[in-house]
Amino acid sequence: MLARLLPHPLLTLLLAVVWVLLANGPSAGSLVMGLVLGVVLPLLTRPFWPERPAVRAPARVIEYGLIVLWDICVANVQVAYLILFKKPEELRSRFVVVPLETRVPEAIVTLAGTITMTPGTVSCDVSADGRALLVHALDAPDPEELVAQIKSRYERRLVEIFG
Amino acid sequence: MTSEVLIFLGEALVAALILAGSFFMIVGSFGLLRLPTLMQRLHAPTKATTLGVGGILIASMLFFLFTNGWVSVHELLITLFLFLTAPVTAYMLAKAHLHRAKAEPELPPTGRPVGWATFDPVASDPDPDSGLRPAGEDQRPLDTI
Repeated sequence: MLARLLPHPLLTLLLAVVWVLLANGPSAGSLVMGLVLGVVLPLLTRPFWPERPAVRAPARVIEYGLIVLWDICVANVQVAYLILFKKPEELRSRFVVVPLETRVPEAIVTLAGTITMTPGTVSCDVSADGRALLVHALDAPDPEELVAQIKSRYERRLVEIFG
Repeated sequence: MTSEVLIFLGEALVAALILAGSFFMIVGSFGLLRLPTLMQRLHAPTKATTLGVGGILIASMLFFLFTNGWVSVHELLITLFLFLTAPVTAYMLAKAHLHRAKAEPELPPTGRPVGWATFDPVASDPDPDSGLRPAGEDQRPLDTI
């Protein structure tokens, strides 16, 4: 009964928290409204979420977020250097292929989003069977190293989080 | 330390963060102008929406913390929504570009028996272990959906 009413308890909690934060300050009214939305929206969007995404290691989510934030800062400075001081002809822009270990759609989406948000790489496509990502790199002198870095730094942790 | 010194330090910190954010925004815009190909220009907005907006949002949070005495959390939500939407925008632009370029541009092979999803929309050989199902082939009983 509870599982039918709340198919995604984490999503319910997230929606309620985001609603309260949107109101910029907790109040009874915004909390009730947030909980109503948190119950109604997962029920309405249920066909889009056939399975409940399992977060195996919640503590690892925070670690992952901090690593991504740090990498964004470092990569921003690197890309700023490339734009300001390198001639566009000297940039070794290319597509690279990242083969995927994980089969979990949530992990693949998070990995693709992380690759795009880190300046210098944009994920462009996925293979039709969902087992490889097409990534465009602004300047990749060594494509193998870039792929190895994406796999060891992000994908390994996402596999630990989503299984 | 007197309160004037503290106020000055706070204002200096907020100003420095705004300047740092603006710097990365202008570098991103400059990249948009300077880089020759569309795929290279696609890298510019991811810069502007990360450190550029990030610096200005942190400055805004600190400013309201110093002036009102409480932390405004709207900035965190802006960050959250940007991180959710920016990769989708970049992906759609890249996909549109791939469609527009040629039949199949000079892409590296997938290393898989199937092609890239943009040009091979239905996986001819869907992997049974894959969490991804081909569209229209939902095997779950109807009443569980």
